[in-house]
Amino acid sequence: MQPFETVVVDTDLLILGGGMSACGAAFEAAYWAKKYGIKVTLVDKAAVDRSGAVAMGLSAINEYIGYGKGQNTCEDYVRYVRQDLMGISREDLVYDIARHVDSSVHLFEKWGLPIWKDEKGEYVHEGRWQIMINGESYKVVVAEAAKNAMATLGDKGEIIERVFIVEPLVNGDTCVGAVGFSVREPKFYVFKAKATIVCMGGAVHVFRPRSVGEGLGRAWYPPWNCGSSAYFTIRAGAEMTCQEVRFIPVRFKDGYGPVGAWFLLFKSRATNAFGGEYMVERAGELPKWAPYGTGKPIPANLRNWLGMEDIMAGKGPIYMRTEEAIANLAAAYKDDPKAFKKKMKELEAEAWEDFLDMTITQSFLWAATNVKPEERPSEIAAAEPYFIGSHSGASGAWVCGPEDLMPEEYKAMWKDLGLYNRMTTIKGMFCAGDAAGASSHKFSSGSHAEGRIAAKGAIAYILDNNKAPEVDMAKVEELKKTILKPLETFEQYSAISSDPEINPNYIMPKMFMFRLQKIMDEYAGGVTAQFTTNKPMLERALELLTFLKEDSEKLAARDLHELMRAWENVHRMWIAESHVRHVLFREESRWPGYYFRADYPDMDEKNWRVFVNSVWNPATGEWTLKKVPVVNLPV
Amino acid sequence: MPSYVILEKCDGCKGQDKTACMYICPNDLMVLDKERMKAYNREPELCWECYNCVKICPQQAVDIRSYADFVPLGASVVPLRGSQDIMWTIKFRNGEIKRFKFPIRTTPEGQAKPWPDEWPTTTDDIKSPLLCTEPGSTLAPELPTLKK
Repeated sequence: MQPFETVVVDTDLLILGGGMSACGAAFEAAYWAKKYGIKVTLVDKAAVDRSGAVAMGLSAINEYIGYGKGQNTCEDYVRYVRQDLMGISREDLVYDIARHVDSSVHLFEKWGLPIWKDEKGEYVHEGRWQIMINGESYKVVVAEAAKNAMATLGDKGEIIERVFIVEPLVNGDTCVGAVGFSVREPKFYVFKAKATIVCMGGAVHVFRPRSVGEGLGRAWYPPWNCGSSAYFTIRAGAEMTCQEVRFIPVRFKDGYGPVGAWFLLFKSRATNAFGGEYMVERAGELPKWAPYGTGKPIPANLRNWLGMEDIMAGKGPIYMRTEEAIANLAAAYKDDPKAFKKKMKELEAEAWEDFLDMTITQSFLWAATNVKPEERPSEIAAAEPYFIGSHSGASGAWVCGPEDLMPEEYKAMWKDLGLYNRMTTIKGMFCAGDAAGASSHKFSSGSHAEGRIAAKGAIAYILDNNKAPEVDMAKVEELKKTILKPLETFEQYSAISSDPEINPNYIMPKMFMFRLQKIMDEYAGGVTAQFTTNKPMLERALELLTFLKEDSEKLAARDLHELMRAWENVHRMWIAESHVRHVLFREESRWPGYYFRADYPDMDEKNWRVFVNSVWNPATGEWTLKKVPVVNLPV
Repeated sequence: MPSYVILEKCDGCKGQDKTACMYICPNDLMVLDKERMKAYNREPELCWECYNCVKICPQQAVDIRSYADFVPLGASVVPLRGSQDIMWTIKFRNGEIKRFKFPIRTTPEGQAKPWPDEWPTTTDDIKSPLLCTEPGSTLAPELPTLKK
């Protein structure tokens, strides 16, 4: 195997990731770092201009409160998230994001993001919290501001691209940095840091996706999000929360085009193949999930559930009635042929832009099947499960909230560690975006705001704990050996077989991923199991995951790219195990449209209106799961 | 095959250390075959069809043939991204063509100014919940907190 140079980077604040939260963190960190002479290093596995979940663009910003304009309050948003997540959310974190998110959105606009305006110059709302944007370059603009902010730090602001972070560096109860490798040259990176912010996104391809040929990559959430955040925090021994709360998006079938604009802006209905509207015909099911099922708006998972019941009853396909929605919107102009034509043209452009800004494949699918949305409806379907704590899922690390909002019960947990906003239960390790749990509905804008919150918290921590990180270099050498092992394994054994991919001594990253996906799909409530599972199935999943974990030591890689794939899939495997353990622990069905425990088919408010938190102990390898009370804010 | 490289148009970015598509691909899929001086997508089944390689290619040498396992042949969706807007040309399977143009940004490229002058940060306190540019950038006189 070719020799790998070890590159040691000494820094104060380490930001891991390059997406919306990382850009928010870099922007905010640069401001405070300059005041205090602190060095900031951001590490991205891709190019910051187009990395993370917003790499393609977006057609809407889904969290905007407008409290400065008197449109809504932060309290309103807390109630909305409480309702949508069936009572389970860290309301201090949700409130905190809500009070900073408008600032981020207003900055995006100043930086150059085009936001739709009405005739009065106000933002065009898609729904109560959602605003429409021309978002093709959303990420480019946000990344540019972050890079320009970092540039003001001179040589104390460093952005390193194409380095894949594998493992945390922990010394006792403190995170002291991270290790990884370049995907472009044989270099092993050691980052020593006084504080680290984890912003490496959620996870895709843990469950088998609906398309498994070329379309494997067309997941709703991007395929490069592989659970690196959760892996990093779990492996450090940080407490995790809501790892059972996966998200199942119902989207335009196969291309996974967004439905928000259709449901909210265009006021479209979804009907089954026989014209029935499941939200009406199955409304009688909702009181079973009271008080959430009877509240408004109806939680995303319950809307999913009613549609899934139609599918199980053989009433599919389900259609988004685009033709009807456009006809309704244009009807007001029907007596003026010129105005009607203009309105139709405008609606057509809006419909296409919605896809072209963020899910180009869906436009391709429309064109390839000769679909015009004003003429024909399009199928929608439930996608495979994803881990995305920033959207309507909630998985992630258990983090400290802000002093003025966090309930006393939670403050007590950070009494000995120090109360720093967004710090995990590991000193010096902070989280934002998909990495921070129980604070759903932050989306792109809230993730940016949360990155900013975490950056200020981390710098406050550095100022109070300003000592050089103590890194055990002997341990780093061991890690280097382990991390590079797949290259060595391939080199050692590949020559004995006629096919480099088929060899009794190793497993290649892709097949390893397929094995994981099959286990999760069939036993942990994936698409083919109709999102349903039970205790024996989950226990079988754990048994099979144990074999997989053993075989992960036999992963092989031909080159640096495959070495990244190998570790990405190890990251996926860990978030999978954590998920299965959480689903097993929670003996009820609380989010039936995300997953259904057939052995506990009801929601149990008395016993389970609680968080499920877990810790993996790095010293013993044991998992501990527990209930943590939900403490509501007085709103 | 998701993104693919039109061999006739690709010049390997003239032998620089990396091609534009290699630089931008968020999933590290694009790679340069240095012998042929042509880029290619090494893992088409892990392509998200984000079009970033298509948009960035100086030779317009990258195109998308959408996922063959669910997209019928014959259509094309081609962007032309400028500094302020993007134009899309959509060809249907039946030959019909549509064209759309949308704005992409309102400031000159590279000019996003992180801290706008009108929103100075009003605190130096690292422990205060106020972030930089606040409260001005929130458009409210002060940062909300819970009423005790």
